[in-house]
Amino acid sequence: MVSLFTLFITFAKIGLMMFGGGYAMLPILQREIVEDKRWATEEEMNDYFAIGQCTPGIIAVNTATFIGQKQRGIWGGIFATLGVVFPSLVIITILAGLIHNFADLPIVKNAFAGIRVCVCVLIFNAIGKLWRSAMIDRFALLIFCLVFFAALATDFSPVWFILFAALAGVVLKNMGEVKK
Amino acid sequence: MILLQLYYEFFKTGLFSIGGGLATLPFLQDMAVRTGWFTQAELTDMVAVSEATPGPLGVNMATYVGYTTAGLPGAVLATLGLITPAIIIILLIASFLRNYRHNKYVEAVFYGLRPASVALIAVSGFSVAVMTLLNVDSFAASLSLLDLFKWPAVILAVVLLILTRWLKPTKKLHPIVFILASAVVGIVFNFAGV
Repeated sequence: MVSLFTLFITFAKIGLMMFGGGYAMLPILQREIVEDKRWATEEEMNDYFAIGQCTPGIIAVNTATFIGQKQRGIWGGIFATLGVVFPSLVIITILAGLIHNFADLPIVKNAFAGIRVCVCVLIFNAIGKLWRSAMIDRFALLIFCLVFFAALATDFSPVWFILFAALAGVVLKNMGEVKK
Repeated sequence: MILLQLYYEFFKTGLFSIGGGLATLPFLQDMAVRTGWFTQAELTDMVAVSEATPGPLGVNMATYVGYTTAGLPGAVLATLGLITPAIIIILLIASFLRNYRHNKYVEAVFYGLRPASVALIAVSGFSVAVMTLLNVDSFAASLSLLDLFKWPAVILAVVLLILTRWLKPTKKLHPIVFILASAVVGIVFNFAGV
């Protein structure tokens, strides 16, 4: 059984590598949790991301809670989550005094301009992996296209798209069963 | 008292910011106005810092505001406040899913959610890519295709794509290796132009 300490340390390591914010942690989570530790499947990961997008809180935090809970129940969820925010807590506390200067340093700016390019490529690869577990038939592809273009063209909160997709899933699945 | 207030304010932010990342921004703006704990300028700085350090904006902002208003205990309590609602809600959903994961309707819901989730991630990736690889402004001014692309960034992206997807020896490397290598490339070739 995985110890609470292992959960904390594993997610602290992930928290430390989450450069670039937002979805930049997807490829890191896929690598550490799905491929290395095998604590979740690609499909479960996709489910966690989907839930993370329609519930309060940061997706990395939500995913940590899910995986921790799956391994060691409530305390597992809490320790994994504390782990994922721990590096930020330490780094920002150290930087708090010099925060204005830090982000303006040319070396920091240049480094992160490079990192952003890498994050684009890594997100692209991560989407490829998620794609395989999600696009199981034509209807799934249809939902993808509808949400993709609607989200690109409008400013609606992701919550609405997620609700729409959940409803569409129920309707399409039931239609499929009637046909059989 | 200030510690409780910090916990409470960030608890509210954590409860209402859905979708993560920049979703916390409007709530933080509102908090700046009401409490006077930090200014809009500090918030803007923090958006930049969050892009330049590991860690999500909401967590970084909670830590920073907590630290500047009440020292280390403030930093810890504000951060805990921010993540408490998410932990509670996800633990509830997780225990629900443990019992009902194979229910017909729950499976149907996830069947719909997965492609939608991938689409939302793709949209976000797409907008990062546009910002990072393209010069929309100078293209609009000159209409020359040569000006549309940020060439050094495009070249780095193509190299990374080959290294991460097609070259056997490098494909299996940990993503952090590519992130750090890109940081070095950014510094050496002056990617930000400063």
